[in-house]
Amino acid sequence: MIWNEYIEAADRDRLKRLQNERFAEMIERIYYKVPFYRRKLSELGIEPGDIKSIDQLKDLPFTVKDDLRDNYPFGMFAVPQQQIVRLHASSGTTGKPTVVGYTHDDLHMWSEVVARSLTMAGVSRADSIQIAYGYGLFTGGLGLHYGAEKVGASVIPISGGNTRKQLQLLQDFGSTVIACTPSYAAHLGESLAKEGLTKADIKLKAGIFGAEPWTNEMRRQVESLLGLKAFDIYGLSEIIGPGVAMECEHQQGMHIFEDHFIPEIIDPNTLEVLPYGQVGELVFTTITKEAMPLLRYRTRDLTRLTVEKCACGRTLVRMDKCLGRSDDMLIIRGVNVFPSQIEAVLLEMSEASLHYQLVVDRENNLDSLEIMVEIDDQFWSDEIRALENLRRQIQHNIASALGLTAKITLVEPNTIPRSEGKAVRVIDKRKLV
Amino acid sequence: MIIKQLSVFLQNKTGRLTELTRSLSENNINMTAFSIADTADFGIVRFIVPQPEVAVRVLKEKGFSVNTTDVVCLVVPNEPGGLYRALQVLSDNEVPVEYMYAFASENGASVVIRSLSCDKVIEVLQANELQLMRASEIYKL
Repeated sequence: MIWNEYIEAADRDRLKRLQNERFAEMIERIYYKVPFYRRKLSELGIEPGDIKSIDQLKDLPFTVKDDLRDNYPFGMFAVPQQQIVRLHASSGTTGKPTVVGYTHDDLHMWSEVVARSLTMAGVSRADSIQIAYGYGLFTGGLGLHYGAEKVGASVIPISGGNTRKQLQLLQDFGSTVIACTPSYAAHLGESLAKEGLTKADIKLKAGIFGAEPWTNEMRRQVESLLGLKAFDIYGLSEIIGPGVAMECEHQQGMHIFEDHFIPEIIDPNTLEVLPYGQVGELVFTTITKEAMPLLRYRTRDLTRLTVEKCACGRTLVRMDKCLGRSDDMLIIRGVNVFPSQIEAVLLEMSEASLHYQLVVDRENNLDSLEIMVEIDDQFWSDEIRALENLRRQIQHNIASALGLTAKITLVEPNTIPRSEGKAVRVIDKRKLV
Repeated sequence: MIIKQLSVFLQNKTGRLTELTRSLSENNINMTAFSIADTADFGIVRFIVPQPEVAVRVLKEKGFSVNTTDVVCLVVPNEPGGLYRALQVLSDNEVPVEYMYAFASENGASVVIRSLSCDKVIEVLQANELQLMRASEIYKL
């Protein structure tokens, strides 16, 4: 089933005409409504009328996450506050979160792309969908929610966590679809077995999994534990949230909804656009978003694109699973974590040094984060109580900053390996690619 | 009466304590008193040596994180109630103790006492005729 055949299986020339038209309008909007873009475009001597085709994208400036931080909280918005009907936020590179706003039409568009995504996974009004993504500032829960309502499925907004209740509702409500992070799906599968249940006791047929990287081994594991077909959904809050791209039943990459989001692949070092098939950093331009349109936003996700028509009949460009990041962002339990956020926390604590190391692992399919922090060589107390307090204080401050509980281990000064004078910040033991 | 104790922060890692004692041994430094406070992830080794500043330099050179802490050393009569009488004096005077540990010396048992107010510890113990060790004495042991 295809939700919107007119777009998803469009003739590519027709699609491009639509993109060009929307793109030219978008440039006009950001030029007149967002001072940040007006300045950037003016510097290049570009005026709205000059831009007529998405082929001109390569000559236009990029937007990076730091631009969003510099314009925190609403500086990137292209509409007055009266037109904003929703705000979401995700982690920024330092203390400040990345804020995204939505107009009424933006929410309508978001529901549309999620409805297309769910339809790709075979979800229809005959299904009950258990949404086990977190509801709140995170885009996962509410994003899936409105798309599922648009499809007409029965929505079970259980939100994240509370595994026992998840299992109970899977049995009692007979949910046929579940949406959550892939690692949580694996955890649910294992918990099912621990409760003495099998996939025969539940009715799941499809899983909508995203918000963190996962491997094909994990896909097979989750599919066999829960007895469903696992689908990969891609999105990031800056662009819209989940529903930027989605895998169909043929699972040969994720279809990007190009009538709203124009993808490019660039070389992260030279910033040159790379041809289809080559691996590089994924960049998006949002051509229809009203509240916070972004021009050439660098996602930092590394992947490649293909434009061949899919066996499902869709003509949309497909992206591979992400192969990694071109920056140091980690995704832990679905939460974006930048090492610089941890540095910002430690900076405020005199008894801890700024030398730290993150050890990320996956135990029982749940991510664990351990932060080794060197104590300050001069200022440490020789009382266990004081050191334990320091450890707990770091843990507390990290939890407030990241929304994630980490195990804190205090270590001796000069024990974290340095390379070129800088500490080696991250050891990721998870095998995700 | 104030004695300089060395404190070394050690990760719980095989061989780390061995390295510490080897560094002292190679530099011919004798430990008079010694104790370890440990948690799941790290420990603090506390000890007294005759020339604290020399030991601090040696250990810093070897890359150990070392601090000095003021402590008081009480000589405890080797008989029932010996320690009790001293602690009763401290609690009667509301002097808080952070930690203590005992060590053997020629005079019998001795106890290292760490308090945030070492001067007060000395004052009240001496006022009650309890015997304290001088820095010069303990360093000579």
